[in-house]
Amino acid sequence: MRILRILLAIAILLILAVGGFVLWSQRAEIAAIEPPPRAAFDRSLVEKGAQLAAIGNCIVCHTVPGGPAYAGNRPIPTPFGTIYSTNITPDPDSGIGRWSEEAFRRAMREGIARDGHHLYPAFPYDHFARASDEDVRALYAFAMTRVPVASRATANALPFPLNQRWTLVFWNLLYFDDTPFQPDPRQSAEWNRGAYLVEGLGHCGDCHTPRNLLGAERGELALAGGEAEGWSAPALDAASLAPVPWNAAHLFTYLRQGRDPEHGAAAGPMQPIVGDLAKANEADVYAIAAYIAGRIGEPSPEKHQRADALLAKAREAVEPAKPNPGEETGAAIFAGACASCHLGGPAIVSPRGIDLRLSAAISAPDPRDAIFIVLDGIHPPDGQPGPWMPRFDGAFTDAQLAALLGYLRAHYGQAPAWTDLETQMRDIRRSRERS
Amino acid sequence: MITLTVNGTSHRLDIDPATPLLYALRGELGLNAAKFGCGLGQCGACTVIVEGEPVFSCLTPVIALQDRRVTTVEGLGTADKPGPLQQAFIDEQAAQCGYCTAGMIMRAQALLDRNTAASDAEIRAHMEPNLCRCGTHMRILRAIRRASEAMRDHPTGTAREARR
Repeated sequence: MRILRILLAIAILLILAVGGFVLWSQRAEIAAIEPPPRAAFDRSLVEKGAQLAAIGNCIVCHTVPGGPAYAGNRPIPTPFGTIYSTNITPDPDSGIGRWSEEAFRRAMREGIARDGHHLYPAFPYDHFARASDEDVRALYAFAMTRVPVASRATANALPFPLNQRWTLVFWNLLYFDDTPFQPDPRQSAEWNRGAYLVEGLGHCGDCHTPRNLLGAERGELALAGGEAEGWSAPALDAASLAPVPWNAAHLFTYLRQGRDPEHGAAAGPMQPIVGDLAKANEADVYAIAAYIAGRIGEPSPEKHQRADALLAKAREAVEPAKPNPGEETGAAIFAGACASCHLGGPAIVSPRGIDLRLSAAISAPDPRDAIFIVLDGIHPPDGQPGPWMPRFDGAFTDAQLAALLGYLRAHYGQAPAWTDLETQMRDIRRSRERS
Repeated sequence: MITLTVNGTSHRLDIDPATPLLYALRGELGLNAAKFGCGLGQCGACTVIVEGEPVFSCLTPVIALQDRRVTTVEGLGTADKPGPLQQAFIDEQAAQCGYCTAGMIMRAQALLDRNTAASDAEIRAHMEPNLCRCGTHMRILRAIRRASEAMRDHPTGTAREARR
């Protein structure tokens, strides 16, 4: 199905490409500058840029794990092929050392490199178009004062015609909206700040909004839930499926500390995001939380009641749920492997695992995230403190982990049983062994 | 009844299927190498090998181990005839209090069984889940490096034989 969609996408692009050759024109180059010295940038501006870069999580894509910061070349998998991130250190030849602020601003807002070539929308200029001049200036000051690293990115692995950058002219015509951020005068300053950051530099929709077959975010479904590196990125609007509804205070705790006692710990691709948000401006993170809470909205009285009941159960639970016939293996694995952290009683490990009734992964429409978590555990990024859940991929077979998740879904999930658990477990595990 | 195959020997045990392997090893089988550290999979003192993978025996209920092979330090060698990794730990004196040692050895063994040419970075990343409070890490890393060289030079070392 995915292959068909990709083929269809390629066919459409081919047709557009033929006509497009006529229309297309290369964008102008912006003159190279003599690399400015560090002293040319005001310290407070650099500091502000650092906090905004943390909100934009620039480092995640622009750094190879374990490699020099911001030197690029991290492979970014996309449905169309692999794109390698660019070097955004001020190295004059392989980085952006010769970029003027104007060139930097055009790249951020329009997706055009200094020499005039189009950048792929894997770089979220469709979000960064909302960023203010002031904030772009701060980010420029921050980038230009990083340690310069000489490093050229690997050539992208994209099929024809997507490897032709001029095809992006059409993508931009179809999907790129360059209007600046419009504040909503009916909302508070905090809400507007949050909206500005979420829609702009934070580019939350990059993962949390579903995409169409040409990889563009579907604006009508903004923040309705999407995908990130195989994980589901939960809905951040009224469709949110969190067992206990989010509010601004809990979102703030989660975004700032990487975990929340009513929702659990950040996992998967969200982990580096919260790691970065811990370094961002606190008021900005709160504004993001307030805006997202607004998008999710006030829960109905029924939802509230259900959440209170769940929280009460979670506080009282000291024994694992009684298994139904056929669930004995799953129940025994839960009792022997999970309960010491995930059931009530004295918190020996801090922070302890949450009661799984509160886990979004166990109540999610599909089991992917839960499978990733039991296989890999949850480990804070290197050198950072945080909750540490061991990996279980070596300890249990596919059938055993499927039995565990089946039991958890039945007794701790807030939704009907998942089907084909064992097949999905096996497929996910095999796909990783290959890569 | 639960059937456990440890270091090549099968045992039939009448215990609760949710019992952690660690308790069965120490309490039922008298195999005391694996240690109880935290009981929460946070420290690695209880690490053993199941089918080639390092696992926390404190968090692995015995029901999951029917028809799967478990290896503990007792399966790597004896005091008179230590396995290459045990010998390397002795040669490097890679212990202070020794409480983490059995877990360290088993996690390292799982790596060296797969790859005797692991880089220092790979060894560090692989050993990351196991903690040592005394701070003997540098000696432990040296011991693993030494054992990997020994195992490369003599690929059918005592450890492999002892476990068959």
